[in-house]
Amino acid sequence: MKRATPSRTANKAAVNKPSVPRGASLQITTFAQRFTSYRNHHKVVAVESLQRLLVTPLPTLMTVMVLAIAIALPAGLYVMLKNAQLLSRDWDGSAQISLYLKQNVSAIEGKNLAKTLERRVDISRTQFISKELALEEFKVLSGFGDLLKELDENPLPAVVVVYPAQRDAAQAEQLRITLDGFQQVESAELDAEWVQRLHAMLDLGERLVFALGLGLGLAVLLVVINTIRLAIEARRDEIIIVKMVGATDAFVRRPFLYCGLWYGLAGGIVALIIIESVLFWVDSPVGQLADLYSSNFDLSGLGFGNTLSLFLTSAFIGWLGAWLAVGQHLRAIEPR
Amino acid sequence: MISFQQVCKRYANGKDALQQVSFQLDVGELAFLTGHSGAGKSTLLKLLTLIERPTQGQIIVENQNLSAITRMGVPYYRRKIGMVFQNHQLLFDRTVFDNVALPLLISGYSRKDAGRRVRAALDKVGLLSKENLLPIMLSGGEQQRVGIARAVVNKPPILLADEPTGNLDPELSAEIMDLFQQFSNVGVTVLVATHDLSLISRYNHRSLILRDGLLTEDGVLSSHLHDDDKLQSLEAE
Repeated sequence: MKRATPSRTANKAAVNKPSVPRGASLQITTFAQRFTSYRNHHKVVAVESLQRLLVTPLPTLMTVMVLAIAIALPAGLYVMLKNAQLLSRDWDGSAQISLYLKQNVSAIEGKNLAKTLERRVDISRTQFISKELALEEFKVLSGFGDLLKELDENPLPAVVVVYPAQRDAAQAEQLRITLDGFQQVESAELDAEWVQRLHAMLDLGERLVFALGLGLGLAVLLVVINTIRLAIEARRDEIIIVKMVGATDAFVRRPFLYCGLWYGLAGGIVALIIIESVLFWVDSPVGQLADLYSSNFDLSGLGFGNTLSLFLTSAFIGWLGAWLAVGQHLRAIEPR
Repeated sequence: MISFQQVCKRYANGKDALQQVSFQLDVGELAFLTGHSGAGKSTLLKLLTLIERPTQGQIIVENQNLSAITRMGVPYYRRKIGMVFQNHQLLFDRTVFDNVALPLLISGYSRKDAGRRVRAALDKVGLLSKENLLPIMLSGGEQQRVGIARAVVNKPPILLADEPTGNLDPELSAEIMDLFQQFSNVGVTVLVATHDLSLISRYNHRSLILRDGLLTEDGVLSSHLHDDDKLQSLEAE
């Protein structure tokens, strides 16, 4: 720091008390005191900015609701998606591959094939359905038994039903392709193709939720930026005064950052309430539906980890919005 | 201690607000800064509080060259200066106590530690009994004294007052001037900007007179102006 000690003695004619000892000195605080007070100031500002929001409950509530709805939409869709994934995982186990054998394959060859396949590690068990058995089943199930009596020979192929060891749909598909290549096999069909379609749809859904989350996250950010901008304008005079008496930018910024943080957190909490309410509301019809399908499927909520990250994310977006607004507008407010 | 050396300030619109202004205020000195409106009083105060920067020249305050103070350093510099404003600049949503405590909280005191100093400052200006009132409940003179208590609460070495008696009657003005005199007595350098020449003439203090940005007079006005002619001519402008 450049220091200059001017020796100008001009204009000293009217000095009142040239040799008065220094009675006043700037109060200097130690570093430790400063750190403690810095922490205390955070606490005080955190509480004060919350109180400031609660003083005007209605405008605050409206802003929080806008944020909450914008947060609840993607988060709620995420919960739905997660439940659908749980549901599809239940059904993955029911995947089975039907091997329709060629007409020239005898019943003994068919049985042997079933036994050979059962030794494979990727197959948990097999079941051989002979032509005759298939015909019997068809008669019972279709009700066309009389019609079939008219036929000279049994048109149905023998079938080896293969239950894959893995519950994973992709691996089951891989197995189906392998088995389709066997020379005794006319065609191999995975009976759970709709599960794969569901998976594809869930993948799509995941991406949509992500895109929606990104878009609505941006909306939350913009709402917070605008809200904080208005708060800064409302306290313009105060900002000028505290800057005049020596407030640093950080000091001036702090209450607004906390304000943004509280908005984000409040939005996250209300969003959670909205999601849980909707889940509660649809819980009993979903239960009835599951009962009708004799499934013991149960709707699951966000869970602890996701709730925590919901709160952290929304609080962070609130803080970020405030930070952006403050960076944009605070510098422009200086004493004149 | 305040020293101006050949200070010029030209605003972006080309107006020369101050030209070649040089003077020095010693520690504990009390001086008036006066001149017609637009003469440069406000500009000079703005340079001292680093709201504006000089176009040319040096300003040295407390052995610190103001041109060496960066934007980051401005808040810390301002803590060394107590500012008293004509319109008081109080926060009307906070109590008298909180208003006076503001500079202490800014420089890192806890509310508890600040209490003693705030009460000492309020006691000094005679408002100890009103610490829990809101500024709006106080008279103009009392509000100004709250402003003074806030300006001196962290014991700054320099006190600047911008038209501190602007809205007050002569009796209240005298009270305010008494307070400034007391601070000066304990070593605070006090600069009072005012266009109230009757106020200046009542005290035997050094006066810096600005005219169109130039420092035209520097000395005890009433001592070499025994008649009020000069004052009246100034007042007429």
